[in-house]
Amino acid sequence: MSMSAGTARPASPSAPDYAALRRIARTMREHILEMIAAAGSGHPGGSLSAVEIVAALYFHKLRWKKNDPSWAERDRFVISKGHGVPVVYAALAVAGEIPVAELSTLRRLGSRLQGHPDHAGFPWMEAATGSLGQGLSIALGMALASRLDGAPYRVYALLGDGECQAGQVWEAAMCAGKYGVHELTAIVDYNKVQLDGLVKDILDLEPLRAKWESFGWNVLEIDGNDVEQVVPALDRATETRGKPTVIVAHTTKGKGVSFMEGTHKWHGVAPNAEELARALAEVRAGAVQGG
Amino acid sequence: MGKATRAAFGEALKKLGERMPEVVALDADLAGSTNTHLFAQQFPERFFQLGIAEGNMVSVAAGLALAGKIPFAASFACFLTGRFEQIRVSVAYNRANVKLVGTHAGVGIGEDGYSQMGLEDVALMRSLPNMLVLQPADALEAEQAVEAAARHVGPVYLRVTRQKLDDVHASGYRFELGKLDPLRDGEQVTILATGGVVANALAAAAELAKQGISAGVVNVHTLQPIDQEGLLALAARCRQLVTVEDHGIVGGLGSAVCEALAETTGVRIRRIAVRTFGESGTGEALYEKHGLHAAGIAAAVAEFVRSGAPSRASA
Repeated sequence: MSMSAGTARPASPSAPDYAALRRIARTMREHILEMIAAAGSGHPGGSLSAVEIVAALYFHKLRWKKNDPSWAERDRFVISKGHGVPVVYAALAVAGEIPVAELSTLRRLGSRLQGHPDHAGFPWMEAATGSLGQGLSIALGMALASRLDGAPYRVYALLGDGECQAGQVWEAAMCAGKYGVHELTAIVDYNKVQLDGLVKDILDLEPLRAKWESFGWNVLEIDGNDVEQVVPALDRATETRGKPTVIVAHTTKGKGVSFMEGTHKWHGVAPNAEELARALAEVRAGAVQGG
Repeated sequence: MGKATRAAFGEALKKLGERMPEVVALDADLAGSTNTHLFAQQFPERFFQLGIAEGNMVSVAAGLALAGKIPFAASFACFLTGRFEQIRVSVAYNRANVKLVGTHAGVGIGEDGYSQMGLEDVALMRSLPNMLVLQPADALEAEQAVEAAARHVGPVYLRVTRQKLDDVHASGYRFELGKLDPLRDGEQVTILATGGVVANALAAAAELAKQGISAGVVNVHTLQPIDQEGLLALAARCRQLVTVEDHGIVGGLGSAVCEALAETTGVRIRRIAVRTFGESGTGEALYEKHGLHAAGIAAAVAEFVRSGAPSRASA
């Protein structure tokens, strides 16, 4: 789990250090809670659910280079569920690409840490997203470019489950299936909860696996809050040929903080000082499994 | 009668593909109509047929651009700019180097009727801060506008016509991005026209000359950013302006000219554009109905000059 400065990280180091990934995930949760509390607004639930996925990407899977967000051969990661962007800012802080102190500028005037990702002002964000449904298409375009150029990079897109209600996701899914873009991996953060309530009540996605399969995708289904399942799934996606892969990652909304788990009430609300203290204590104690 | 600007676009894109390997093209089941099929035949590996899924097409184009390609994504103007949310975030906010090409502009398409007519597209694209908006007036200008769009770094919207257009430029014409293109001098009134109605404006000016009205004609191929300096210089010389466009009355050339001049000048402006939904009919019949044919433009300009001159003189 070394993050040696100035060198490109090879994809998939041979032996994933799961203990280190769990430590990183815990730190990322602390950063997420603290930055959203400091901002006074934001989306803790869907940021916390995606921690293990994003940790496994940045600290195991993605090829990227220190201090060089525009390195031509880097793997691209598009966070299509743009409201969850604090999870990416947290990873970049752990990686040392942004100072931890900068996290408290989240959502402030003049900050590059916009409430939803901004590409032009912050190149670590591969694309501006947050208007849900667009990120998979953008990632697909990048993957098609990689193939055209015979480039070494792969493209990853993280989608929300509620986001999969958007028609454009399925336009992109059909298109990626047509082109058999194995350079593309989508990950659905299936935390079962969206702003207005439970996904199954708002507009059920099931049968989700069958939907993706019928669009020509290789489908892997995992516990997305278990790094020991996330890492092998990402590796298997890399090995798949002739098809894009989607990882349906079953997660828990608000993972790691008991009172935020499984409820839409913490989709888009910042914790106050007392709630933050309780949440941080839980995360640090690893009181909830996955910490 | 010359070529349709969509035809000129298709040919120019194919030529551009030979010189610029980073140029790719996308279409949504209208390649035979937008003319991207010419590029597709020549460069099949650089052409993406995405089916009737324009929202996906716009965002895929953005992804290709963010990865270094110069994508031209084409569809009918209405279907393409109807995916405004994708254009707004995937393309414009990302500063993605995407070239959006909207064909079948305006009521000029004729028989297919309103649902196929681009009538709000310029308004939508002008509302985005970094969108370059181009509308060529003939085939020669279209070819050069395609090249200029490719060379410009940033999002571009290029609006072209279904119908064939009379040439308004001589063969040596050089397209100058962002500049007004004066075609005819006139003293009393200047007609600012864009796209498929520029030729009609020239014919109207010739007719007005017979009636003793001296009308100039300026082609406005760059709708955003509009040539503010050129417009102010024009307004200083000529206090009466008429805009003509095959587009809705809100947000197009007429709006752009008013916005550019209202804060600093007191010129009189009359806007000629489409004020209703479109409908089926021949393109010629629809131009007559909306006063976009030469006689309609001439009549509106003559009325404008006659109604305005005395009151301005006494003001």
